[in-house]
Amino acid sequence: MNFEFSSDQMLLKDQARKFLESEESVKKAREVLEGEQTYDESLWRSVIEMGWTATTIPEEFDGLGLGYLELCVIAEELGRSLAPTPFSSSVYLATEALISLGSNEQKQSYLPRLATGEIIGTLAHTESTSSPSVENLTCELNGNKLNGTKIAVTDGDIANFAVVSAKEGEKAVLCLVDLSTKGVEITSQNTLDPSRSHASINFKDAEADILGADVDGWIALQEILDRAAVLFAFEQLGGAEACMNMAKEYAMGRFAFGRPIASFQAIKHKIADMYIAVELARSNCYFGAWALSTDAPELPTAAATSRVSASKAFHECSKENIQTHGGMGFTWEFDCHLYYRRCRQLAANIGSQAVWKNKLISSLERANQI
Amino acid sequence: MDFNDTTEEAKFRKEVGDWLSANATLKEDEESGSYPGMGEDDALSLAKKWAAKLYDSGWACLHWPSEYGGRGSTPIERVIWGQEASKYRIPGGFFEIGQGMAGPVLMMYATEEQKKRYLPPMAKGEEIWCQLFSEPGAGSDLAGLKTKSVLEGDTWTINGQKIWTSGAHYSDYGILVTRSDASAQKHKGLTYFFLDMKSPGVEVRPIKQISGGANFNEVYFTDVKIPDEQRLGSVGDGWKVALTTLMNERLAVGDASGPDFQEAFNLACGHDLNGDLAIKDGSVRDKLADWYCQSSGLKYTKYRNISALSRGETPGPQASITKIVSGNKLQEIANFGMDIMDAAGIVRPESADAEQNMYQMGFFGAAGIRIAGGTDEILRNIISEQVLGLPQDMRADKGIPFNEIPSSNK
Repeated sequence: MNFEFSSDQMLLKDQARKFLESEESVKKAREVLEGEQTYDESLWRSVIEMGWTATTIPEEFDGLGLGYLELCVIAEELGRSLAPTPFSSSVYLATEALISLGSNEQKQSYLPRLATGEIIGTLAHTESTSSPSVENLTCELNGNKLNGTKIAVTDGDIANFAVVSAKEGEKAVLCLVDLSTKGVEITSQNTLDPSRSHASINFKDAEADILGADVDGWIALQEILDRAAVLFAFEQLGGAEACMNMAKEYAMGRFAFGRPIASFQAIKHKIADMYIAVELARSNCYFGAWALSTDAPELPTAAATSRVSASKAFHECSKENIQTHGGMGFTWEFDCHLYYRRCRQLAANIGSQAVWKNKLISSLERANQI
Repeated sequence: MDFNDTTEEAKFRKEVGDWLSANATLKEDEESGSYPGMGEDDALSLAKKWAAKLYDSGWACLHWPSEYGGRGSTPIERVIWGQEASKYRIPGGFFEIGQGMAGPVLMMYATEEQKKRYLPPMAKGEEIWCQLFSEPGAGSDLAGLKTKSVLEGDTWTINGQKIWTSGAHYSDYGILVTRSDASAQKHKGLTYFFLDMKSPGVEVRPIKQISGGANFNEVYFTDVKIPDEQRLGSVGDGWKVALTTLMNERLAVGDASGPDFQEAFNLACGHDLNGDLAIKDGSVRDKLADWYCQSSGLKYTKYRNISALSRGETPGPQASITKIVSGNKLQEIANFGMDIMDAAGIVRPESADAEQNMYQMGFFGAAGIRIAGGTDEILRNIISEQVLGLPQDMRADKGIPFNEIPSSNK
């Protein structure tokens, strides 16, 4: 049995961690949160130079043609360091949508530029405070004209193009929209996590190009979300582990009643519970990574399992990290809130916990029927 | 990243599989227990026959050296055996304390002559061993034990009481920790022995458990004599020897057995709730998803540990999380299962095979497994201290002679 990343992949992970530390990624996340910029351009350029945006893009489209396991270890480190870049939107969602659904022409047009970071993409799916479904989508595609409004689009005011879900008649479709095109109006939206930018996008007869002309758009989107869920889960895992380590270090150094608070069982057991949540999430993420990298039939189950487990771990660790820090954890100055915010952002980005739990049980119902 | 065996592992797995298929019966349903509902005497005689068969065919105590009746296998081979054997109906439950805990301690501390005398019958299942550690006043705080040992000439005299001793009523031998010097500091005055359970002065009284069963006992010692040659480790060094034993206990404690995700899922697919199938209910789906993630997380944590073994590395004490997570999950699933069956869920069924029985036994079993072999709370201490490196709790008994430490009886 070899249920572990290879030594090369572990080396890549180690390099990624050191690189993001040397880039002071967490500090940059705070700068974006406090400042006017929508993302950290210098960090984004460095990420591109590292070749990370090209990881899974096939070599024929100027990518590195590496596997998903490499992308998983990078994702974990980006999550650990709260990297304030549009990486998840552009790589896990837009790039992956093009790799799996794009026509040869679309791939030729987009992938080489995504690989070099010349363009940034995102997914525009949410329309209201109700969870999206085929029935409640209101964006409409007529011919090649798109009308409607998407909200809470992560990196919507950074991206050059978006993969947009819409209705064409009664069926759902996905389409590509150049966000600088006529009829597209982008409005930045403030969110709980300003270290990642969000926007609402209004389409008024905007020109759109169907993505995946011969597939059911809703099913195709679910497949894209399944694949992305594994990568989002690795980011959440990295964030969760960072919070556990912060809590541990603070508890070791903080004295009360004449002793480090880390010697009180109330604190020790809290941190042990964080460890349990992180280990379960890590093992489930490995299951997701295996399914993603081998395109296994178990992928829908594995993706939902890793997503649910990692969302839970990050939630547990980010809130209990604040609790362990006491009053200091509630201050703007300490970094605890940066993780608390990012945890909520990542949990919201591709569908809520209830949605993914339902997907998990649905995939197991299908598996049991076969 | 894959789940495949190496060439040697695959070869060993085939060898195991061939032998098992020729000598054991496959389980009809993967989840069913080995022999539900069988009485203890019948189960013991069946288990002894099976142990002898393993021994005669060279499959007993895989991790032991062959000169003591084992096979000298690697840890990964032991895992492979466990995986293959779990597909078969295999009698057991009587030899684990001996083979898993007493055996390794004898190997480290007994004389060569003693090893040759006691280890092969232990491996063959002819002689059964129990562990006499916990006392009414010393459970999680095991080093607080008070059973007294006094040396006169070459013979020790033991007086006191042990408790929670699994299988004492059918055991031939026991491993025993005692206090030989109450004026020394708590961890320094302990001495470790093995003894014949038929020795005069040993009295075993069964304890009735909340499930109605009686697997464990109180054991009373009244002027029990043990020759000094049955001491393991030096006088006063008993804590060190006990730690060796407990380390092996933690490796031996695994998943809580009982209904898991799949049983709960099947139950929800086959029962009505609020006028529709229970599986359609949002709150049921929410719970099932959590349990699936926990089961899956434990399964793949185990795979990560096996991968470490396969590379020749030692897996960390991460194994501690298994019992915490599976014990609590079992308690919740058992409660859920009975809840789904509505008022009928608590009715005791006539047959031990009935679905209700599995959940009812899990309901009680979980309450026990969260305590046995290290409580949830002690395991959290172990995780925080040994895995994460957090400091020990401040202790009121440090550096004080044992007989001056405050206790419940003073």
